[in-house]
Parts: sequence; structure tokens; C-alpha cells
Amino acid sequence: MTQQTSTIGESTDAAPPPVYKTSRFKTAMRELKKAPLSAKFGLLIIILYVIAALFAPVFAPFGESEIVGTEYEPWGDKFFLGTDNLGRDMLSRLLYGARNTVGIAFVTTLFAFLIGGVAGIFAAILGGWADQVLSRAIDILMAIPQLIFALLLLTIFGTSIPVLIGIIAVLDSTRVFRLARSVSLNVVVMDYVEVARLRGERLGWITIKEVLPNIMPPLVAEFGLRFCFVFLLISGLSFLGLGLQPPTADWGSMVRDNATLITYGDITPLLPAAAIALLTVGTNFVVDWFLHKTSGLK
Amino acid sequence: MTTEEKTDSELLLEIKGLRIEGQTDDVWVQIVKGVDVTLNRGEILGLIGESGAGKSTIGLAAMGYAQPGCRISAGEIFFDGVDLRDLRHRERRAMRGIKIAYVAQSAAASFNPAHKLIDQFSETPVQHGVNTREEADADGIDLFTRLQMPNPDTIGFRYPHQVSGGQLQRAMTAMALSCRPDLIIFDEPTTALDVTTQIEVLVTIRDIVEQFNTAAIYITHDLAVVAQMADKITVLRYGEVVEEAATRLMLSDPQENYTKSLWAVRSFRKTADVPDLEPVPLCKVENVDAAYGDVPVLHDITFEIHKGYTVAIVGESGSGKSTAARVITGLLPPKQGQVFYKGEALPPDYRRRTKDQLRQVQMIYQMADTALNPRQRIRDIIGRPLTFYLGMKGKKKEARIRELLNMIELEPNDFIGRFPGELSGGQKQRLCIARALAAEPEFIICDEVTSALDQLVAEGILRLLDRLQQELSLAYMFITHDLATVRAIADRVIVMLQGKIVEQGSKLSVFSPPHHEYTELLLSSVPEMDPDWLDRTLEERKHLSIKSAGQ
Repeated sequence: MTQQTSTIGESTDAAPPPVYKTSRFKTAMRELKKAPLSAKFGLLIIILYVIAALFAPVFAPFGESEIVGTEYEPWGDKFFLGTDNLGRDMLSRLLYGARNTVGIAFVTTLFAFLIGGVAGIFAAILGGWADQVLSRAIDILMAIPQLIFALLLLTIFGTSIPVLIGIIAVLDSTRVFRLARSVSLNVVVMDYVEVARLRGERLGWITIKEVLPNIMPPLVAEFGLRFCFVFLLISGLSFLGLGLQPPTADWGSMVRDNATLITYGDITPLLPAAAIALLTVGTNFVVDWFLHKTSGLK
Repeated sequence: MTTEEKTDSELLLEIKGLRIEGQTDDVWVQIVKGVDVTLNRGEILGLIGESGAGKSTIGLAAMGYAQPGCRISAGEIFFDGVDLRDLRHRERRAMRGIKIAYVAQSAAASFNPAHKLIDQFSETPVQHGVNTREEADADGIDLFTRLQMPNPDTIGFRYPHQVSGGQLQRAMTAMALSCRPDLIIFDEPTTALDVTTQIEVLVTIRDIVEQFNTAAIYITHDLAVVAQMADKITVLRYGEVVEEAATRLMLSDPQENYTKSLWAVRSFRKTADVPDLEPVPLCKVENVDAAYGDVPVLHDITFEIHKGYTVAIVGESGSGKSTAARVITGLLPPKQGQVFYKGEALPPDYRRRTKDQLRQVQMIYQMADTALNPRQRIRDIIGRPLTFYLGMKGKKKEARIRELLNMIELEPNDFIGRFPGELSGGQKQRLCIARALAAEPEFIICDEVTSALDQLVAEGILRLLDRLQQELSLAYMFITHDLATVRAIADRVIVMLQGKIVEQGSKLSVFSPPHHEYTELLLSSVPEMDPDWLDRTLEERKHLSIKSAGQ
């Protein structure tokens, strides 16, 4: 009887072919080849920025806050992009700025996702009053305009880098919370989550093993977008003087410090701004492609 | 309803050498491989086959339509002498709705919830300029009357959520008829309905086809239904025609082996004898009342399940079958009453139960797809309960996983590293069984475990469950609406209606007369393979109602 049932099972009930034979790396490379030009361009930009951030001391001709010449020197052989308002090399500061701004934005986004993601999934799994408390608290935080709230908190707590990261991470985690909660709500009603609950699994297991893997695609896409926003916010804060403090090189404050040059028709102060814009565009290209892939649109 | 009565046997639809391709990962795969179909006016063709056989795709192709991601690559579709494939998009669109109409499986999903029924009914005739709005509305009321819908004058002014599933399906049929088409395609119109509702819809469809001399293609996987409806049957498999013949001939004398296996599928009967009754029931539900919020669902439910027994709970959707399971598992603490396991009261909320209490009651779900985490490999899915409940690790765990895979007849070396997405529907359900077994329970709740599966596959699952029961002396609580499944596997039967137990007892006593009134209705509504069943049942019911009216 056993023999018979298994043959019936196989003959009428064809399984899709297994795909585990190809390695993940190979699949990723194949996907990359098929990626649209915009996504490839975006990836190239991101890679260049990462390299610049990691190897800033190697590429930079001068130190980060070293005064090497007179103020506002024009572009030339010695100073490729000229010097800034204190006579520091513009190119070197741009490279170090990549390290500071991108690095801090990345860490901040990471924290924002850790806080918002975990809280969002918890709210979805627990439901009831826990969900109400968390969601309403987030609503209150979101009701206050983000930039003004950030300015306020930074004036209260000071502008050291850990405080900056902490404040922006908490403020930005509200958006992550909402996304994580709403996508988790679709997952926690699945029978496999009920199976885990009935098995007696703890909250941590359900969060990390059952829910998280199934909401990764939208979270990863959101990570890219949020990174851009955080990055813009940090630059904006620095431009306003409450972000990264001198002499740390930072694209936002570099725009502000050299803004007077624009009146003389020099585009140098726009270079850090362009660097910000380029990274934002590149990241968005990649995120679009990723969302397109994971949402199954053809 | 025999073919001889049809005087007008003019050819309406002729499909020749139809090939349809579907796109998967940039590769076009043939899903319909050269199918011929002919249909005369006033004739009903039954298309049957399992999921993936291409039934629906062919049905849609009869309208000259291919679903997104599909394309008609070859063949001719002559409708009333015109090849639909030669027509331009606009001309084809003009034909749809007027000449050819389509009735989808789920009326609930096909109606726009924001508009009244009559508005949706009149949209097609008004759009196509067949009728004015007033004429269309009047016609709608006329059709609702003919379809024997309750309050035909006013029902059209309700929204889709304000009428029942069976009424909605009839409204959909009325919509298809709004332009008096020559051909209607019914795509599993009763699959989502309860048996007692199904019979109403079947009668309606048959009457309508007769009244208007409409031709129809009736797509279904349910052989008993197609036997009532169709003049001739085409059996499909893997996008190819296996066999075609007139209904009676096909039923009495199938030629191909595959057709024979389809016909024989409901033959499985549990063979083993019922074990001796142990003094203490494994699971006992005592005087349970349960409610979702303020809506009461269960009223004073009491039943017992003994070791080694299969207790089937039958009833229509909304009768509280699944709620009873939720009370036992502790997902829905009852308002009143208690659940006992081996004579010991279980805490009403699952969160208060001990690991061992949780281990002893396992559950298998209807949709194996959603019961398995798509991001976990089979090794982890089965392995987790082993580690969690029994503390197994390393080689011992691996060996046990392999043993369990062998028990559910899946080759361990081939399957252990796969994701659920790489399994077929039947294999997924087997995997769910293995996960339940990994906890080494004595009691398993099976919630409609076979209703999402094709009949041959479902039969395999039933056989597997039966074998496991004999080997491990498991007790099953088998929730189902399918009486054929109950006949196959149950020892005891509980019939539920609107949250109450109507009748319970051994299978023999419930299934043999005298029945409770509702059990009678339920039993007599299950279609049989006999093509005269529908007429006979209707005749019997008419007699009964005359009798009861006379009293």
C-alpha cells in the first residue's frame, strides 16, 4: 500500500523543480547581470562612496583639518579643488566628509532600524494594549515636526556624535516602526506563526525566526530610502550648525562654510551638495530595482 | 437534460489545436498542448482535471483571452464561424459580455463591494448599448425572479456583502446572462460553496441553460458535479485531452487509466477495526460556550475523543467546527466549560499551558502553504519541535528528521535541504504531518487538511493518516465539510449546525437512518456520480415539502 500511495502522489502532484543547486552568489551575479542600467549606475556610485569612505586617508593628499594654504585658493595643481574658508584642502575634506557623513548616517540608520524594527514586530505579534501603547507613543513622536524636534533635542543634549546618532535614530525609528508593524501584521496572521505560538515559542524566537525573514525585502528597501533621509537630515543639521561640529569634515557644513563663494560665481561650495545629491540618487536607483524584483513585478 | 432533446445542434464553438504558453522566469512553457474542443448550441461541456491541467486557461481561451503572462501561441478558436484570434482587440471586446460571458469561481471576489448588485448587473448591457438603464434594471429583476432569488424586486439594491455566498453566485450567473449570450463559461462556480448551497446553484444553472438554450462550458474538478451538469465531458491532464465522451458513456465506461483512477478516487475506506475504548477519554470537551467578542459561536458543546479514534466534525462554514478546535488548542479560551486531556483540566489559554501539555495536542492546517514558513528549510521545520520539546541535537536529531521523512514517504536525501516553495501541495501537507508527528503527540487536530488538494492527492494524504494512526495509535479530530472524507476515515461523527451539536455517534449510526433533519439535508446534498442524482433529489425534496405542507 505504501508503494502504491507514493507513486500516486508523485504522478499527480508535480513539485516545482528544486533550485538549491545553484549557490546564492551565482544567483546574485546572474540577477546583477540582468539589472537595468540605472541600478548598475546606482551600485557603482555606492561602491565608489564606500571605497572613498574606507580609504579616505590613502587618497586624500592632505589631512582632514590641516590648514595647508591661504583662504579660498582657486582650483589648481597643488589644490585640485582649491581650498576652503580656512585654507584647508577641499578635495581632502570631501573625501573625509564621505567617511564622516556616510558613516554616521549608516550607523544612525542601523540603530533606527534596530529600534523601530524590533518595536514594530513586537507590536504586531503582541497586539492588544502593547500595540496600542507603542503605536500611540510613535504617533505622538511623529506629530512633532522632525527637524524642529531634532534641533530642540540637540540644543538640550549637546552636539556630540553619540548624541546626534541617538537622537536621529530615535526620531527616524518612528517611520521604521510603522512600516515594520504593517508588514508584520500580514505575517503574524499566517498559520506558521500560530504553529510557533502553539508550540510555546518565546517572543524572541517568533520575532527573529518566524517573522523577520519574511519581512526582509520591504525592510531592506526601506533601509536604502531611510539612509538617504537620515543622510540628508544630518547634512541639513550640519548646515544649520547643529550637526557634526568643526573641525570634522562634513558635507553639510562645508556647503555653509564656503557659501559666500557662490556670489563670486565659483561652484566649489556646490561640490559637497552634489556629492549628497549623487549618493541619494544612486541609492534610490538601487532601491527601486530591489523593490521591483522583490515585489514580483515584471 | 439528454442530448436527444436538443433539436438545435448547430456548431457554436470550435477550438482546433489550441496551444497556450505561460511565462516562468523569462522562459515560455507550454501549458496547453494542442487541445480540440467542439460545442453545439444549447450543449454543456464539462471540462475536468486536476489543478494545473489547464482547465481555466482553456475556458478563458474560448473567449479569445489569455491571462497576463500567458499567450495563445497556436490554434484556431472559431466562435459562430469567426476565428477570435483574427479579430482585433476592440472587436473581441465587443463580443465578450454580449456573445460570451464568464462566471468566476469566487463571486465574492468578483463583485465590486462598493456598488449595488443591480448597478453591476446593468453595467454590461448599458455599456455595450444593448439595453437602456431602465430596461436593464427591469431585465435584472426578471432574471433574479427566474433564478429564484429571494425578494427579487429588492435584492438588486443590496450591496454584495449583504447577500449570502450562494445568492451572490446566482447574481453572478444573472450578470452573465444580462446580454443573453450564446455561450457562458462557468469556472468552478460552486467550489467555494457549502453542499446545501451548491445544490441550489447547480439547479439554477441547469434551468437557465435550458430556458435560454445557451451553450456552456462547465469547468470543475468535482466529478460528481460535472456528472449532473454536462452533456459531454472532456478529461484534461497536463494541458492535453485524455479522453472525451458523452457523460453517461464516460461515467459507465471510461477508457483511459487516468480517467479510471479519477473515477475510483472516492473508494478509499478505512479498514482497521476500531480499538477498544479506554476508560478515560484522551480529550474531552465539556459544556463549552465560546464567542468572538460579543458574537456567540459555540453553544454548550460536549464531546469526547478516545485514543486511537478518528472523530470527524462536519458542518457548513460558520457552524463552529474550527472554533471548537481553537478552544481545544487554547487559542480561544471558552466563556464557559472546560477542556480535559486524559482526565486533567487544561488551562483555557494556551499561554498558561506547560510545554508538555502543548506538545500533546498538535494541529494540521487546511492551507499547508501558509502553515509552513517559506524561509525555513525542511530540516529546520521538522527539527525545531524535536529540539524544543525533546531536547534533541546533532546526529540524533538528524537521524530522527530522516526517520520522520521516511514515515511521510518523502525521500530524506532529496528533500531535507529544500524550502517549502520547492514542494508540491501534497508534499507540503505531508511535511505538516511530519512536523506534528515530531512532537510525538497522541492527539492531532486536522482542520480541513484535504480540502485544498486535488482528489488523488487528498486520497494519498488520507491513506497516510490512516497508516500512521494504526502504527502510532493516534487520535484524530477531523474537521471537514466533505462527507466523502468522513465516510472514508471517521470512526465517530459529530454534526454541527450554527454552533450546536446536532447529532453525534458512531459513523454507522449517524449515516444510517433515521437521521436528524439537518443530517438528512447534508447527506442528500452531496452530489453522487450518478447523472440522475440531481433530478432524483429534487423530486424527493418536492415530495417531502408537499408532505410537510399537507401535514
